[in-house]
Amino acid sequence: MTTFELNGRSVSVNSPDDTPLLWVIRDEVGLTGTKFGCGIGFCGACTVHVEGRATRSCITPLGAVAGVRITTIEGLDPEGKHPLQTAWLELQVPQCGYCQSGQIMQAATLLKDYPDPSDRDINAVMAGNVCRCMTYPRIRKAIQLAAARMRGVTHG
Amino acid sequence: MTIRRISIAILVAACCVLAALLLLARRPAIAPIERPALGSFSPGSVAQGEALAAAGHCASCHTRAGGPAFAGGYAVNTPFGIIYGTNITPDPKTGIGMWSFEAFERAMREGVSRDGSHLFPAFPYYAFTKLSDHDIESLYAYFMTLPPVSANAPANTLPFPLSIRAFQEPWKILFFRSGRYRDDSSKSNEWNRGAYLAEAVADCSGCHTPRNFLGAEETSNPYAGYEIDGWIAPPLTAANPSPIPWTEKELFQYLRTGASPLHGATAATMTEVIRDSLALPIVSDSDVRAIAVYFADLDHASARVAGIAAATSEALGTSPLGSGQEDDPDADIYASACISCHYNAAPVPLPVRPELSLNSALTLPEPTNFIQAVLKGVGDTGGAPGLVMPEYASSLSDGEIARLAAYLRRSRTKSPPWTNLEKKVAVIRRASAKPR
Repeated sequence: MTTFELNGRSVSVNSPDDTPLLWVIRDEVGLTGTKFGCGIGFCGACTVHVEGRATRSCITPLGAVAGVRITTIEGLDPEGKHPLQTAWLELQVPQCGYCQSGQIMQAATLLKDYPDPSDRDINAVMAGNVCRCMTYPRIRKAIQLAAARMRGVTHG
Repeated sequence: MTIRRISIAILVAACCVLAALLLLARRPAIAPIERPALGSFSPGSVAQGEALAAAGHCASCHTRAGGPAFAGGYAVNTPFGIIYGTNITPDPKTGIGMWSFEAFERAMREGVSRDGSHLFPAFPYYAFTKLSDHDIESLYAYFMTLPPVSANAPANTLPFPLSIRAFQEPWKILFFRSGRYRDDSSKSNEWNRGAYLAEAVADCSGCHTPRNFLGAEETSNPYAGYEIDGWIAPPLTAANPSPIPWTEKELFQYLRTGASPLHGATAATMTEVIRDSLALPIVSDSDVRAIAVYFADLDHASARVAGIAAATSEALGTSPLGSGQEDDPDADIYASACISCHYNAAPVPLPVRPELSLNSALTLPEPTNFIQAVLKGVGDTGGAPGLVMPEYASSLSDGEIARLAAYLRRSRTKSPPWTNLEKKVAVIRRASAKPR
């Protein structure tokens, strides 16, 4: 039995320790906002937060997260209004949308580390999040927009 | 006929030597006692013992994963076989409940069990012999007042004849020197406190000093680095290859929290030493700082402090490599799998983003630690608190990990290329394959 915190509530599952966290989140808990992309940690679609840090859940074994806090796109903001989410909506970032929850989760960690990111910072930290619809320019724009608003909130 | 006589003579002589050895190896048993009443130990002594036991990370070897504290069962992997940490709670049958102080002190100072048999030096009595009388008394008070737990450790897997404890006698004659820690009067009190903690209490050399083929520490080569549990315990001397010297400040932060921005996060066995020991509030800041002072001196950090700023900025100059369109297929692996967590913007790396160009996993002469980290990742209890690295064993082939290692080594360090990388990845992968 492995217990961890998922979006603020305690979750206990009986899966073996080597079960990918992503399978637990999607198939056992039933939160499907986090996507299965490549399954080898090379595309970023499965990104969730482990203790507030963007982490590829498809290659993170359940045994590695016993007792820790995990946040998925469903729990990023109680009302789905994280500045990144509102910026994403305003700029109509997604096309097919499949990679977008991973993009947003990765971007949230980026802004925590670098509240005023340069394009180079964005390119580097977001390099592992692939988008087959090529929404990259809009992703970058939305990150900059959210960053500006978050800095405003922090300083205001 | 003559040959036969000589053979018999040799055989008889060998038997005599063996008999003498076994006779010599006998130590008297120390009579069992009733477990002393809890009230016979002063609370101050118990508390001091608790702090010392924490600083000496006794729990690391005497507690199995998820098991009751100090009840034994942890597997110590030695080149000779597995030795299991024993139950040191005061349970009369399975622990040390019947041990008098005299028996406890003899075990600590001479490596002899209460029944007179030799202990294996997986138990670092060669370090504890340096403890002060007062500290051994405190440790005894602490362990004897713990809740007793009935638990037998599994049998060791040492093969015959290494399993014969009497053979520890000649080992001790060759390699063991008893004696208290002696202050170095040319050094500060803080330095001496650190040296005492490192050498008598925490046994840092147990992992960081090379051992000879009989498993004894090479005293001529202290803290020169060694391999433990499949990882390299890096050198703690000036031979440490980190681009940034291990200053007192960096050491203190690393030992206290498990991560320092200019060196990275802990992994493997060192994690237990930090999580179960040096990070605990009961171990004082001043003691951790004293250890830092001692090793910063050993590392000659003060002579290299002036170069820190330049080395940091040079390292961070390499951090964005791989994020753009580059004509290097090896960089693609890095961009896809690693850069989102490991990228750092100038001027200083963030503690939550281990900077690879500054990490000894990339600068050590062998790629062992790098390969281990990539294959196994770092679980939430495996490294610095709150940092989880996924495991890439199932997603990267031996060849891809080899290319990634070679790419980072050539783009982030000035060290010569690692050799035979793919083969080394395969060997480590095989050794660490989880039984299913």
